[in-house]
Amino acid sequence: MKRKGLWISTAAILAITLVGVYLVFGPHGRFPSSRDFTWAGVKDNLAENINLGLDLKGGSHLVMRVKTDEYLKTLTENNAQAAVTAAQDAKLPVTGSSTVGENGNYAVALNVSDPSQNQAIVDEVKKKVDFNTWTESQGGNAITWSLPKAQQNVLIDQATKQALQIIETRINKFGVKEPTLQRQGSATSGQILLQMPGVDDPERVKTLIGSTSHLMLMKVADGQFSFDTKEAAISSLGGSVPPNRQVMPYREREDNPPGSTAQQNQKPSKWMIVETPAIIDGSELNEARTINGPGGAGNYQIEFFLKPAGAQKFGEWTGRSIGKYLAVVLDDEVKSAPVIKGQIFNQGTIEGKFTREQADDLSLTLKSGSLPAKIEYQEERTVGPSLGADSIRSGVEASLGGLAFVILFMLFYYRGSGVNAVVALVLNMLLTIAALVLIKSTLTLPGIAGLILGIGMAVDSNVLIFERIREEIRLGLSVEESIKVGFERAFVTIIDTHITTIISSVILYMAGSSSIRGFAVTLILGLLINLFTAVFVSRTIFRWELSLRPNMKHLSI
Amino acid sequence: MFNLFQNVHIDWLGKRKIFISMSIFIMLAGLVSAVGRQFTPGGTDAFNLGVDFKGGTVVTAKFRQRPSDDDLRAALNGAGVADPVIQVSTNKPDEALIKIPLLEAASDAANQSEQEQQAQVQAGRTLVKKALDTFGKEAEGDVTLDTDPSTGYKIVGTDSVGAIAGSELRNKAVLATLLGLVGILFFIAFRYDWTYAAGAVLAVFHDVLMVLSFFTVFQWEVNLTVIAAILTIVGFSVNDSIVIFDRVRENLAVDRKGSLFTITNDSINQTLSRTVITAGLVILSVLSLVLLGGEVLRSFSLALLVGLVLGCYSTVAIASPIAIWWQGKIGEAKAKEALVPQADKKMASAARRSVTRRPVTR
Repeated sequence: MKRKGLWISTAAILAITLVGVYLVFGPHGRFPSSRDFTWAGVKDNLAENINLGLDLKGGSHLVMRVKTDEYLKTLTENNAQAAVTAAQDAKLPVTGSSTVGENGNYAVALNVSDPSQNQAIVDEVKKKVDFNTWTESQGGNAITWSLPKAQQNVLIDQATKQALQIIETRINKFGVKEPTLQRQGSATSGQILLQMPGVDDPERVKTLIGSTSHLMLMKVADGQFSFDTKEAAISSLGGSVPPNRQVMPYREREDNPPGSTAQQNQKPSKWMIVETPAIIDGSELNEARTINGPGGAGNYQIEFFLKPAGAQKFGEWTGRSIGKYLAVVLDDEVKSAPVIKGQIFNQGTIEGKFTREQADDLSLTLKSGSLPAKIEYQEERTVGPSLGADSIRSGVEASLGGLAFVILFMLFYYRGSGVNAVVALVLNMLLTIAALVLIKSTLTLPGIAGLILGIGMAVDSNVLIFERIREEIRLGLSVEESIKVGFERAFVTIIDTHITTIISSVILYMAGSSSIRGFAVTLILGLLINLFTAVFVSRTIFRWELSLRPNMKHLSI
Repeated sequence: MFNLFQNVHIDWLGKRKIFISMSIFIMLAGLVSAVGRQFTPGGTDAFNLGVDFKGGTVVTAKFRQRPSDDDLRAALNGAGVADPVIQVSTNKPDEALIKIPLLEAASDAANQSEQEQQAQVQAGRTLVKKALDTFGKEAEGDVTLDTDPSTGYKIVGTDSVGAIAGSELRNKAVLATLLGLVGILFFIAFRYDWTYAAGAVLAVFHDVLMVLSFFTVFQWEVNLTVIAAILTIVGFSVNDSIVIFDRVRENLAVDRKGSLFTITNDSINQTLSRTVITAGLVILSVLSLVLLGGEVLRSFSLALLVGLVLGCYSTVAIASPIAIWWQGKIGEAKAKEALVPQADKKMASAARRSVTRRPVTR
C-alpha cells in the first residue's frame, strides 16, 4: 500500500491542529514560559485570547450627559449675532443685542434705535434666521424672541439623539466591538448610557467620545495679526468685543529643528481676533485624514476635504481674500493661520504638532461630525455580564452536558466510526474558536448561537456520511467501496447545505448590525472548518483504517 | 450495527392536508393572540417585549451583603417582575444594577410624557423595593447603611432607560434576514429548481411565524437573544430542506419511472434515520439548555427548541408538498401546451438537469 499521500494529509491535519491549540490555549505576543504548561496558565491564556462581549463578561458602564443647557445658550447667542448682522447688512437701525441664556430661559433681544422700523427689521431678520418656533414680542426700542419651554424640550431631544448617533459612529470607527448605547432618564435629561466590553484604554475612548471637535474656518480680522494678551486684543477693539468678532487663543508654531520635541519648541500662547460667523464649519467636512507634517515624528497634521457646497463657499471667499489670513479653529482655539496665496476650493490642513494617536483620533471625530454640545460624565463603573454570571455558568454547564451526550451517542450508535465523528466534532470546535481568536472577534450570545448551529450542522454532516455508508454496505458494496461512495454522495448534500447557509450568512453580515454580524461570522467560520473536519479529517481516519487492514470485511459503523 | 428506521414506508405527503391544517391552526392562534392582545384596551401587547426592546426602569441598589444573581432574580420573580436584567458592579462589589421592563399597558419609553415616566419609575422602584425587602430593611431617606446597622440595603438611584434595540435595530435584523433568504432562494433555484427554492423559503417563513405564534400565545419574553435564536432556526430549517431535496434529486436521476410523489415520499423515508438522529441530538442538547440553562437563557433556548422541531416538521409538511404541488402545476401547464396526452408530470425539472454523479448500483 502506498501511504505517502496519507502521511502528507495526516501531517497537514496535525500541523493545523497544533496551530489551533496554540491559538486558543497559548500565550500571544510573547514566548511561552513554563507556566503556560500548567492548568492555571492555560486557563489564563484562554481567558485572555477569547474576547467576550458585554453580555457574557461585562465591561465599563458610562453615563454621560449632553450639556443641553449650553447647547441652547450657544444657539441663542448665535441667533442673536446672526440677527444683528442680518439687520445691519440691510442698513436697518439695530444697534446691538442682548441675550438671556440660563435657568430654562432663552431669549434674544435686539436694540432698535428707531421703533418705526420694527416690522421691517423683523421681516429682514426672519429671512436669514430661523425664529419660526420662537415667541416674538415687540415693545418700544426692543424686539424680543424667546424660546418656549415645549420647543426647548424638542431641541434638547433632537440634540441628544444627534449626540447619540455621533457617539455611536465614533466608537464604532474606533473599533469598540459590540457596545450598547441607550438613552437614560427622561426625554429632556440629555443622558446617554454606554456599556462597552473590556476596553484596553477607557480614558482614550472617553476623550474620543467627549471631544466636540468643532472645526471652523474663519477670517482673521484685519489689523494687528496677534496679541500677547487677551486684554491687549480686547482693548484694540475699543474695550469690548463686538458681536461679529471673537478673541481666540493662538499658539504660534515653528517647524521642529531635528532632535527637539514638539513640547520643547512650543511658543507661549498668543491671542488673535477673528471675524464671526465662520466662513464654513465642520458640518461641511467630507473627509479627514492624518498626514505627515514636516519635521517627522511628533508632527502629524490633518488634511481635510470639503463637501461640494462648502467648497463652493470656501472657494468664493478665498478668491476675494488673497493676501488675507485664514484661521483654522478647532474647539475655539486657532490651530494655524496661513496667509491665503490663491483660491482654494475643497482642501485644507490643520497644523498643530499632533502625535500620531491624537491626529488619528481627531480625524475620526472630525469625520463623525461635531457634537451639538459638550459632554460630561456622570457615572462610571465596571459591571458584570448582562446575562448574569450565574446563568452563564449554568448555560455553559448545560451545553457541555448536551455535547457529552452527543459524543456518547455517536460512540454508541456508530461504534468504531463514532470515533471519527468525535474527533471531527472536537477539532471543529477547537478550530472555530482558534479562527475567532485569530480575527480578534468578540464573542457574544448571538455568536454562540452561530457556534451551536455550526456544531449542529457538523453533527449532521457526520450522520449524513455514516448513514450513507451504511446504506451502501446494505446494498452489498465492499467496505472500501462503501466508504468511497458514501463520502462522495454525502459530500454533494453537505456542500449544498453549507454553501446555502454561507451565502445567507454573508448577506446577514453585510446587512446586519453588530450582534447579527457576530452570529454570521462564527457560523461562516464553523461551516468552512466543518468542510475540513467532517469530510477531510474523517476521511483520512477511514483511509488509515483501510490501509492498516487491507482486507477488512466488516466496518465498525 | 444498530439501525433505526430501516425500510419504513410512511406516506408523508398523503398526510399533507393534516399537517398544513395543523400549521394554519397554530398560526391562526398566534394571529388571534397577537391581534387580540394588541387591541384589547388595558391588556398586554402582542408580544411580551423585554427591557432590550421596550426600555424600562433601572434601579441601583447598594447592599450590606450583596445576594447572588440567582437569589436576586428569585426575589424579583417573587415580587412579580418576570424578566429582570441584573448586572453587578464589579468595581463596587456591594452594588447591583437591576433593570426591569416597563409595566404592562404602558407605551414605549420613547413616547411617554414626563409624568408617565415618573410614575413608571416610581412603580418600578416600589416593585424592586418589595423584592429587596426580603434581604433586609431598606435604608430610606437620609439613613445610610452605615448609620443604621439594622438596614440591609439602600436604593441609591432610580432612572428610566430607553431600549437598546430600538425599532431601527429590529427592522435592520428583519431586513438582513429577508435579504439572506433571497440569497438562499437564488442559490437553491440555481442548484435545484425554483419550485424547491420556493418550498424551502416558504418553510422558513412558516417556522419563524410558528415560533412567533408560540411567543405571543404563551407570552414568553422577547429579548435580544430571541433574534439570535431565530437566525439559528432559519439556518437549520434550510439545512433540513436541502438534505431531503438532495435525495429527491438523486432518486429522480436514477428512477425516471416513479412519480414525483412516491419518489419524494421514498426520499423522506430513506433519510429518516439521518433526520431523526441529527434532529434528535440537536433537540436533546437544546432541551438540556432549556431545563438546566437557567432563567436568563430561557427565551433563547425555548425559541431554539420550538424552532428546531419545526425545522424538521416543515421540510416534510411544507417545503416538499409546495415543491411537488408547483411542479405538478407546471407539468400540467406544459402538457397542455405541447398537447401531449400523457402529462410529463413525473419528469420533474430537477431530473432534467444532468447529474454528474455515478448512477447508484441498485
